[in-house]
Amino acid sequence: MVTVLYFAALRERLGRASDWIDLEKPLPAGDLLARLRAADPVVEAAFSVPGTIRVAVGQRLADEATIVNPGDEVAFFPPMTGG
Amino acid sequence: MASVRILVSDTDFDTGQEISDLLQRSGEGAGGLGAFVGVVRGGSGLQSLTLEHYPGMTERILEGLVLEAVGRFSLSGCTVIHRVGCMNVGERIVLVLTASAHRAEALDAVRFLIDRLKTGAPFWKKEHYEDGAGSWVDAREADDWAAARWDTA
Repeated sequence: MVTVLYFAALRERLGRASDWIDLEKPLPAGDLLARLRAADPVVEAAFSVPGTIRVAVGQRLADEATIVNPGDEVAFFPPMTGG
Repeated sequence: MASVRILVSDTDFDTGQEISDLLQRSGEGAGGLGAFVGVVRGGSGLQSLTLEHYPGMTERILEGLVLEAVGRFSLSGCTVIHRVGCMNVGERIVLVLTASAHRAEALDAVRFLIDRLKTGAPFWKKEHYEDGAGSWVDAREADDWAAARWDTA
C-alpha cells in the first residue's frame, strides 16, 4: 500500500486530498502516477491541466525516476509559493 | 552549538518577543541579529491569503534549510516562523531571524533563508479577492533565480 497526497490547486481539481493504492513491488514515481491516471478519469483530468507538477517521495523532493516502495508516502503538488 | 527555533503556526507571532528570545538564546558571542518579516501585500482588490502546507515535510525542509544556514553563515542562533491558514492584507506571514558574530553573516543568512524557503518549502498561497474570486498564486521564475543564486555563491 502507498499513500498518495495531493496539495493546493491539484487537490482542489481532484476534490480530494489523498488516495491509497496497492503496490506489491517498487516502481518509479512516474509509473505510479501513470497507474493512478489510468485508473481514475478524475485523476486523469486533474493532471491534464497544463503546468508543472512536483513530486515528493517519503517527504523528500523527488522526480519521476525516484523509486517508490510499498509503504511509502508520495505527494504530488504544484510549484511551491511560500514566504 | 547554535540555538534553532522552527515553527509552523496558524496564529500570529510577536516579532519583538521573538527577537528578545533569540538574543537571549544566542549567548554572548552574537554581535547582531538580522531580520525579515513577510506580510500580505495588498492591491488589485486582494483581501486575504490562504496558506496551505504539507505537514511533516514542511518542518523537515525548514530544518534542513536552517541547519544549512547555520553552517554556511556561522550562525549562533536562528528562528523561522511560517504561518499557515487565512491571513488578511497587512498581516504577518513569515519571520526569519538570524544571530551571528558579525552583521554580514547575519544579513546574508536572512536572505539565503527567505530566498530558499519561497521555492523549496512546501507552502502554497491562494489569493482571495473582494469580488469573491480566488486563485492559486503561480510560482515566479524570479523566485527560482533568487533561490538558485545561492547554489553556486
